[in-house]
Amino acid sequence: MTDKAVQSETGTSGEGCGGAMSRRGFLGISAAATAITLAPGVTLISPAAAKPADQAASPKVRWGMLVDVTKCADGCDDCVVACAKENGLKSHNRPETDAQWIRKVTLIDKANGFTKTLPVMCQHCAHPPCVDVCPTGASFKRPDGIVLVDKHICIGCRYCMMACPYKARNFVHEDTRGQKPHAPRGKGTVESCTLCVHRVDEGGSPACVEACSKGSGALMFGDIADPNSAISQEIAKYGAARIRADLGLDTGVAYRGL
Amino acid sequence: MRRTAAFLRLLGAALAAVMLMASVPASANDGVPMPQLAKPKGEKCVEPTDYMRRNHMDLLKHQRDETMHKGIRTKKYSWKGCVECHAATHPDIAEGKVPTLYPFCAQCHHYAAVQIDCIQCHTTVPESVMKSSKAEGEADKLMTMMKGHLGETEQR
Repeated sequence: MTDKAVQSETGTSGEGCGGAMSRRGFLGISAAATAITLAPGVTLISPAAAKPADQAASPKVRWGMLVDVTKCADGCDDCVVACAKENGLKSHNRPETDAQWIRKVTLIDKANGFTKTLPVMCQHCAHPPCVDVCPTGASFKRPDGIVLVDKHICIGCRYCMMACPYKARNFVHEDTRGQKPHAPRGKGTVESCTLCVHRVDEGGSPACVEACSKGSGALMFGDIADPNSAISQEIAKYGAARIRADLGLDTGVAYRGL
Repeated sequence: MRRTAAFLRLLGAALAAVMLMASVPASANDGVPMPQLAKPKGEKCVEPTDYMRRNHMDLLKHQRDETMHKGIRTKKYSWKGCVECHAATHPDIAEGKVPTLYPFCAQCHHYAAVQIDCIQCHTTVPESVMKSSKAEGEADKLMTMMKGHLGETEQR
Protein backbone atom coordinates (compact mmCIF):
# COMPACT_ATOMS: atom_id res chain seq x y z
CA MET A 1 0.00 0.00 0.00
CA THR A 2 1.76 3.11 -1.15
CA ASP A 3 -1.12 5.52 -0.68
CA LYS A 4 -0.30 8.16 1.85
CA ALA A 5 -3.74 9.69 1.73
CA VAL A 6 -6.95 8.65 3.31
CA GLN A 7 -9.78 7.80 0.99
CA SER A 8 -12.90 8.63 2.91
CA GLU A 9 -15.59 6.05 3.29
CA THR A 10 -19.02 7.01 2.06
CA GLY A 11 -22.33 6.83 3.87
CA THR A 12 -25.09 8.89 5.35
CA SER A 13 -24.95 7.71 8.95
CA GLY A 14 -24.15 10.05 11.81
CA GLU A 15 -26.51 12.36 13.60
CA GLY A 16 -25.50 15.50 11.79
CA CYS A 17 -25.65 14.01 8.36
CA GLY A 18 -28.83 11.96 8.57
CA GLY A 19 -32.37 13.22 8.38
CA ALA A 20 -34.64 13.71 5.41
CA MET A 21 -32.93 13.24 2.08
CA SER A 22 -32.73 16.46 0.15
CA ARG A 23 -31.91 16.74 -3.52
CA ARG A 24 -28.47 17.90 -2.52
CA GLY A 25 -28.04 15.00 -0.17
CA PHE A 26 -29.04 12.58 -2.88
CA LEU A 27 -26.65 14.15 -5.34
CA GLY A 28 -23.92 13.99 -2.76
CA ILE A 29 -24.49 10.30 -2.20
CA SER A 30 -24.56 9.58 -5.93
CA ALA A 31 -21.25 11.35 -6.34
CA ALA A 32 -19.84 9.45 -3.37
CA ALA A 33 -21.01 6.14 -4.78
CA THR A 34 -19.17 6.94 -8.00
CA ALA A 35 -16.03 7.64 -6.05
CA ILE A 36 -16.35 4.28 -4.32
CA THR A 37 -16.64 2.49 -7.64
CA LEU A 38 -13.59 4.29 -8.91
CA ALA A 39 -11.56 3.45 -5.87
CA PRO A 40 -13.08 0.50 -4.03
CA GLY A 41 -12.43 0.01 -0.38
CA VAL A 42 -11.07 2.31 2.24
CA THR A 43 -7.38 2.94 2.03
CA LEU A 44 -6.10 3.99 5.40
CA ILE A 45 -2.74 5.58 5.89
CA SER A 46 -0.03 2.96 5.74
CA PRO A 47 2.27 2.53 8.75
CA ALA A 48 5.19 3.20 6.43
CA ALA A 49 4.04 6.83 6.18
CA ALA A 50 4.64 7.39 9.89
CA LYS A 51 7.95 9.09 10.43
CA PRO A 52 10.23 7.83 13.20
CA ALA A 53 9.92 9.91 16.38
CA ASP A 54 13.53 11.08 16.24
CA GLN A 55 13.31 12.25 12.64
CA ALA A 56 12.47 15.84 11.71
CA ALA A 57 9.53 16.64 9.46
CA SER A 58 10.61 16.27 5.84
CA PRO A 59 10.50 19.14 3.35
CA LYS A 60 9.85 16.56 0.63
CA VAL A 61 6.36 16.06 2.01
CA ARG A 62 3.60 18.62 1.91
CA TRP A 63 0.53 17.73 3.88
CA GLY A 64 -2.72 18.95 2.44
CA MET A 65 -6.40 18.36 2.40
CA LEU A 66 -9.03 18.03 -0.29
CA VAL A 67 -12.60 19.02 0.53
CA ASP A 68 -15.25 17.64 -1.79
CA VAL A 69 -17.92 20.31 -1.50
CA THR A 70 -20.40 18.19 -3.46
CA LYS A 71 -20.29 15.59 -0.68
CA CYS A 72 -20.26 17.96 2.31
CA ALA A 73 -23.72 17.58 3.87
CA ASP A 74 -25.81 20.59 4.82
CA GLY A 75 -26.36 20.72 8.57
CA CYS A 76 -23.54 18.27 9.33
CA ASP A 77 -20.86 19.51 11.69
CA ASP A 78 -19.11 16.24 12.46
CA CYS A 79 -15.72 17.73 11.52
CA VAL A 80 -16.21 20.69 13.85
CA VAL A 81 -17.28 18.46 16.74
CA ALA A 82 -14.39 16.05 16.15
CA CYS A 83 -11.90 18.93 16.10
CA ALA A 84 -13.18 20.37 19.36
CA LYS A 85 -13.03 16.95 21.01
CA GLU A 86 -9.58 16.10 19.70
CA ASN A 87 -8.03 19.41 20.70
CA GLY A 88 -9.96 20.05 23.91
CA LEU A 89 -11.66 23.21 22.66
CA LYS A 90 -14.30 24.36 25.12
CA SER A 91 -17.12 26.77 24.50
CA HIS A 92 -17.74 29.52 27.01
CA ASN A 93 -21.11 30.25 25.41
CA ARG A 94 -19.63 33.38 23.91
CA PRO A 95 -19.67 32.61 20.18
CA GLU A 96 -17.78 35.77 19.28
CA THR A 97 -14.69 34.75 21.18
CA ASP A 98 -15.01 30.96 21.38
CA ALA A 99 -12.22 29.10 19.58
CA GLN A 100 -13.03 27.97 16.05
CA TRP A 101 -10.26 25.93 14.51
CA ILE A 102 -12.65 24.74 11.82
CA ARG A 103 -16.05 26.14 10.91
CA LYS A 104 -18.83 25.28 8.51
CA VAL A 105 -19.61 27.99 5.97
CA THR A 106 -22.82 28.00 3.93
CA LEU A 107 -22.86 29.74 0.57
CA ILE A 108 -26.16 30.66 -1.06
CA ASP A 109 -26.42 31.75 -4.67
CA LYS A 110 -28.93 34.59 -4.38
CA ALA A 111 -29.90 34.29 -8.04
CA ASN A 112 -31.29 30.78 -7.72
CA GLY A 113 -31.07 29.80 -4.06
CA PHE A 114 -28.50 27.06 -4.70
CA THR A 115 -26.81 26.29 -1.42
CA LYS A 116 -23.49 24.72 -0.71
CA THR A 117 -21.79 24.13 2.58
CA LEU A 118 -18.11 23.56 3.28
CA PRO A 119 -15.64 23.48 6.15
CA VAL A 120 -13.05 26.26 6.34
CA MET A 121 -10.00 26.01 8.51
CA CYS A 122 -6.35 27.12 8.39
CA GLN A 123 -5.46 26.65 4.74
CA HIS A 124 -1.80 25.87 5.51
CA CYS A 125 -0.48 28.23 2.85
CA ALA A 126 2.88 27.76 1.17
CA HIS A 127 3.34 31.53 1.56
CA PRO A 128 1.48 32.21 4.80
CA PRO A 129 0.76 35.89 5.53
CA CYS A 130 0.52 35.07 9.25
CA VAL A 131 4.19 34.05 9.20
CA ASP A 132 5.18 37.20 7.30
CA VAL A 133 3.69 39.53 9.88
CA CYS A 134 4.62 37.70 13.10
CA PRO A 135 7.04 39.91 15.05
CA THR A 136 8.43 37.11 17.23
CA GLY A 137 8.67 34.14 14.88
CA ALA A 138 5.95 32.34 16.80
CA SER A 139 3.91 31.87 13.64
CA PHE A 140 5.87 29.51 11.44
CA LYS A 141 5.61 26.90 8.72
CA ARG A 142 6.98 23.44 9.33
CA PRO A 143 9.13 21.88 6.60
CA ASP A 144 6.21 19.64 5.68
CA GLY A 145 3.93 22.62 5.07
CA ILE A 146 1.95 22.64 8.31
CA VAL A 147 1.51 26.19 9.61
CA LEU A 148 1.62 26.43 13.39
CA VAL A 149 1.85 28.88 16.28
CA ASP A 150 4.68 28.34 18.75
CA LYS A 151 2.76 29.48 21.81
CA HIS A 152 5.96 29.53 23.84
CA ILE A 153 7.03 32.66 21.99
CA CYS A 154 3.63 34.05 20.93
CA ILE A 155 3.03 37.41 22.59
CA GLY A 156 -0.63 37.56 21.63
CA CYS A 157 -0.31 40.64 19.42
CA ARG A 158 -2.83 39.19 16.97
CA TYR A 159 -1.14 40.56 13.85
CA CYS A 160 -1.54 37.12 12.30
CA MET A 161 -5.27 37.23 12.89
CA MET A 162 -5.40 40.47 10.93
CA ALA A 163 -3.21 39.10 8.15
CA CYS A 164 -5.05 35.82 7.59
CA PRO A 165 -7.56 36.15 4.75
CA TYR A 166 -9.39 33.04 5.97
CA LYS A 167 -10.05 34.18 9.54
CA ALA A 168 -8.42 30.97 10.59
CA ARG A 169 -6.64 32.22 13.69
CA ASN A 170 -8.18 32.52 17.14
CA PHE A 171 -7.10 34.35 20.25
CA VAL A 172 -7.55 32.58 23.56
CA HIS A 173 -9.43 35.04 25.74
CA GLU A 174 -10.18 32.80 28.70
CA ASP A 175 -8.31 30.64 31.14
CA THR A 176 -8.09 27.21 29.59
CA ARG A 177 -9.39 24.03 31.15
CA GLY A 178 -9.35 20.43 30.03
CA GLN A 179 -6.45 20.70 27.61
CA LYS A 180 -5.33 17.52 25.95
CA PRO A 181 -1.74 16.42 26.55
CA HIS A 182 -1.03 16.82 22.81
CA ALA A 183 -2.76 20.18 22.46
CA PRO A 184 -1.63 22.72 25.07
CA ARG A 185 -3.66 25.93 25.02
CA GLY A 186 -3.11 29.10 26.97
CA LYS A 187 -4.78 32.43 27.58
CA GLY A 188 -3.16 35.28 25.71
CA THR A 189 -1.86 33.29 22.77
CA VAL A 190 -3.13 32.79 19.24
CA GLU A 191 -4.01 29.35 17.94
CA SER A 192 -5.46 27.68 14.88
CA CYS A 193 -5.90 24.37 13.12
CA THR A 194 -2.70 22.33 13.49
CA LEU A 195 -3.76 19.80 10.87
CA CYS A 196 -3.66 17.52 13.92
CA VAL A 197 0.13 17.57 13.68
CA HIS A 198 0.43 15.16 16.65
CA ARG A 199 -1.54 12.56 14.70
CA VAL A 200 0.18 13.29 11.40
CA ASP A 201 3.60 12.79 12.99
CA GLU A 202 2.47 9.35 14.07
CA GLY A 203 1.23 8.48 10.60
CA GLY A 204 -2.42 9.30 11.24
CA SER A 205 -4.81 11.73 9.65
CA PRO A 206 -6.56 14.77 11.18
CA ALA A 207 -9.54 14.17 13.48
CA CYS A 208 -11.93 16.01 11.13
CA VAL A 209 -10.98 13.75 8.23
CA GLU A 210 -11.47 10.67 10.34
CA ALA A 211 -14.87 11.88 11.57
CA CYS A 212 -15.99 12.82 8.06
CA SER A 213 -14.98 9.43 6.69
CA LYS A 214 -17.65 7.89 8.94
CA GLY A 215 -20.30 10.18 7.48
CA SER A 216 -20.20 12.21 4.30
CA GLY A 217 -16.70 11.25 3.22
CA ALA A 218 -16.02 14.75 1.94
CA LEU A 219 -12.54 15.17 3.37
CA MET A 220 -9.33 13.64 2.14
CA PHE A 221 -5.88 14.06 3.66
CA GLY A 222 -2.50 13.32 2.18
CA ASP A 223 0.78 14.42 0.67
CA ILE A 224 0.06 16.89 -2.11
CA ALA A 225 3.74 17.05 -3.05
CA ASP A 226 3.70 13.40 -4.09
CA PRO A 227 2.02 13.05 -7.50
CA ASN A 228 1.27 9.39 -6.78
CA SER A 229 -0.61 9.96 -3.52
CA ALA A 230 -4.36 9.36 -3.60
CA ILE A 231 -5.07 13.02 -2.87
CA SER A 232 -2.83 14.28 -5.68
CA GLN A 233 -4.41 11.86 -8.10
CA GLU A 234 -7.90 12.97 -7.11
CA ILE A 235 -6.92 16.59 -7.65
CA ALA A 236 -5.26 15.77 -10.98
CA LYS A 237 -8.29 13.84 -12.14
CA TYR A 238 -11.13 16.11 -11.08
CA GLY A 239 -9.41 19.43 -10.47
CA ALA A 240 -9.70 21.54 -7.34
CA ALA A 241 -10.06 25.19 -6.50
CA ARG A 242 -8.39 27.16 -3.76
CA ILE A 243 -10.25 29.80 -1.77
CA ARG A 244 -8.95 33.23 -2.76
CA ALA A 245 -6.48 31.68 -5.20
CA ASP A 246 -5.96 35.23 -6.51
CA LEU A 247 -3.88 35.99 -3.44
CA GLY A 248 -1.25 33.52 -4.62
CA LEU A 249 -0.78 31.93 -1.21
CA ASP A 250 -0.70 28.38 -2.62
CA THR A 251 -2.90 26.88 0.06
CA GLY A 252 -2.58 23.29 1.20
CA VAL A 253 -6.34 22.89 1.46
CA ALA A 254 -8.11 22.47 -1.85
CA TYR A 255 -11.82 22.38 -2.64
CA ARG A 256 -13.61 20.44 -5.32
CA GLY A 257 -17.00 21.69 -6.53
CA LEU A 258 -16.60 25.14 -5.06
CA MET B 1 10.74 1.43 23.39
CA ARG B 2 10.35 -1.17 26.13
CA ARG B 3 13.99 -0.88 27.01
CA THR B 4 13.60 2.87 27.28
CA ALA B 5 10.56 2.45 29.52
CA ALA B 6 12.44 0.08 31.79
CA PHE B 7 15.34 2.49 31.86
CA LEU B 8 13.02 5.37 32.72
CA ARG B 9 11.47 3.39 35.53
CA LEU B 10 14.89 2.53 36.87
CA LEU B 11 16.07 6.12 36.66
CA GLY B 12 12.91 7.47 38.26
CA ALA B 13 13.19 5.27 41.31
CA ALA B 14 16.82 6.22 41.92
CA LEU B 15 15.88 9.87 41.74
CA ALA B 16 13.06 9.28 44.18
CA ALA B 17 15.33 7.51 46.64
CA VAL B 18 17.88 10.31 46.59
CA MET B 19 15.17 12.96 46.83
CA LEU B 20 13.55 11.26 49.79
CA MET B 21 16.86 11.00 51.60
CA ALA B 22 17.59 14.64 50.89
CA SER B 23 14.19 15.86 52.04
CA VAL B 24 14.52 15.15 55.72
CA PRO B 25 11.71 16.85 57.68
CA ALA B 26 12.89 20.21 58.90
CA SER B 27 12.97 21.13 62.55
CA ALA B 28 11.12 24.18 63.86
CA ASN B 29 14.23 26.36 63.62
CA ASP B 30 14.87 25.73 59.95
CA GLY B 31 12.33 28.21 58.63
CA VAL B 32 10.54 27.13 55.49
CA PRO B 33 10.03 23.37 55.64
CA MET B 34 11.81 21.27 53.05
CA PRO B 35 9.57 19.86 50.34
CA GLN B 36 8.38 16.31 50.88
CA LEU B 37 8.66 14.94 47.39
CA ALA B 38 6.46 12.13 46.24
CA LYS B 39 7.98 8.97 44.84
CA PRO B 40 7.77 8.99 41.05
CA LYS B 41 6.98 5.96 38.92
CA GLY B 42 9.92 3.76 38.02
CA GLU B 43 13.36 3.54 39.52
CA LYS B 44 15.49 6.09 37.68
CA CYS B 45 15.00 9.41 35.97
CA VAL B 46 16.29 9.98 32.45
CA GLU B 47 19.47 11.56 33.82
CA PRO B 48 21.18 11.45 37.25
CA THR B 49 19.34 13.32 39.98
CA ASP B 50 21.94 16.06 40.46
CA TYR B 51 21.94 16.80 36.76
CA MET B 52 18.15 16.81 36.58
CA ARG B 53 17.82 19.16 39.52
CA ARG B 54 19.92 21.80 37.84
CA ASN B 55 19.13 21.18 34.20
CA HIS B 56 15.62 19.81 33.81
CA MET B 57 14.39 23.17 32.57
CA ASP B 58 17.04 23.33 29.84
CA LEU B 59 16.30 19.80 28.70
CA LEU B 60 12.61 20.62 28.52
CA LYS B 61 13.22 23.85 26.65
CA HIS B 62 15.46 22.20 24.09
CA GLN B 63 13.00 19.38 23.56
CA ARG B 64 10.12 21.82 23.24
CA ASP B 65 11.76 23.57 20.29
CA GLU B 66 12.68 20.29 18.62
CA THR B 67 9.12 19.03 18.90
CA MET B 68 7.37 22.26 18.03
CA HIS B 69 9.42 23.29 15.02
CA LYS B 70 10.78 20.03 13.66
CA GLY B 71 8.22 17.50 14.81
CA ILE B 72 10.81 15.42 16.66
CA ARG B 73 8.79 13.55 19.21
CA THR B 74 11.29 11.45 21.13
CA LYS B 75 10.01 10.63 24.60
CA LYS B 76 13.17 10.91 26.69
CA TYR B 77 13.02 14.61 27.61
CA SER B 78 9.41 15.27 26.75
CA TRP B 79 7.05 17.16 29.06
CA LYS B 80 4.56 14.33 28.64
CA GLY B 81 7.25 11.94 29.87
CA CYS B 82 7.88 14.07 32.98
CA VAL B 83 4.19 14.18 33.78
CA GLU B 84 3.78 10.48 33.16
CA CYS B 85 6.39 9.49 35.79
CA HIS B 86 6.26 12.37 38.21
CA ALA B 87 2.53 12.81 38.60
CA ALA B 88 1.59 11.21 41.90
CA THR B 89 -1.45 10.96 44.10
CA HIS B 90 -1.81 13.06 47.23
CA PRO B 91 -4.43 12.57 49.94
CA ASP B 92 -5.51 16.23 49.66
CA ILE B 93 -6.14 16.05 45.90
CA ALA B 94 -9.10 14.18 44.44
CA GLU B 95 -9.21 12.03 47.59
CA GLY B 96 -5.87 10.57 46.61
CA LYS B 97 -7.32 8.95 43.51
CA VAL B 98 -5.85 10.98 40.69
CA PRO B 99 -2.13 11.54 40.09
CA THR B 100 -1.09 15.18 39.60
CA LEU B 101 2.09 17.24 39.59
CA TYR B 102 1.36 18.71 42.99
CA PRO B 103 3.25 16.20 45.15
CA PHE B 104 6.46 16.39 43.08
CA CYS B 105 6.99 19.46 40.86
CA ALA B 106 4.79 21.97 42.62
CA GLN B 107 6.20 21.40 46.12
CA CYS B 108 9.77 22.02 45.07
CA HIS B 109 8.77 24.97 42.92
CA HIS B 110 6.91 26.46 45.87
CA TYR B 111 9.98 26.02 48.02
CA ALA B 112 12.27 27.60 45.42
CA ALA B 113 9.65 30.27 44.58
CA VAL B 114 9.92 29.51 40.88
CA GLN B 115 6.83 29.77 38.77
CA ILE B 116 6.00 26.75 36.60
CA ASP B 117 5.02 28.45 33.35
CA CYS B 118 4.56 25.10 31.59
CA ILE B 119 1.31 24.42 33.38
CA GLN B 120 -0.31 27.61 32.21
CA CYS B 121 -0.95 25.79 28.94
CA HIS B 122 0.07 22.15 29.35
CA THR B 123 -2.15 19.72 31.16
CA THR B 124 -0.80 18.39 34.43
CA VAL B 125 -2.61 15.09 34.20
CA PRO B 126 -0.72 12.13 32.69
CA GLU B 127 -1.81 11.06 29.24
CA SER B 128 -2.50 7.54 30.48
CA VAL B 129 -4.89 8.88 33.11
CA MET B 130 -6.57 11.19 30.60
CA LYS B 131 -7.12 8.27 28.26
CA SER B 132 -8.56 6.04 30.94
CA SER B 133 -10.87 8.65 32.44
CA LYS B 134 -13.95 8.18 30.35
CA ALA B 135 -15.86 11.18 31.58
CA GLU B 136 -14.62 14.37 29.99
CA GLY B 137 -16.02 16.29 32.94
CA GLU B 138 -13.75 14.46 35.35
CA ALA B 139 -10.64 15.65 33.55
CA ASP B 140 -12.06 19.16 33.60
CA LYS B 141 -12.75 19.09 37.30
CA LEU B 142 -9.26 17.80 37.83
CA MET B 143 -7.67 20.59 35.81
CA THR B 144 -9.54 23.22 37.78
CA MET B 145 -8.45 21.57 40.98
CA MET B 146 -4.83 21.42 39.84
CA LYS B 147 -4.81 25.08 38.93
CA GLY B 148 -6.16 25.76 42.41
CA HIS B 149 -3.39 23.82 44.05
CA LEU B 150 -0.67 25.35 41.94
CA GLY B 151 -2.36 28.74 42.12
CA GLU B 152 -0.09 30.03 44.84
CA THR B 153 2.90 29.66 42.56
CA GLU B 154 1.05 31.05 39.59
CA GLN B 155 0.03 34.19 41.42
CA ARG B 156 3.53 35.24 42.37
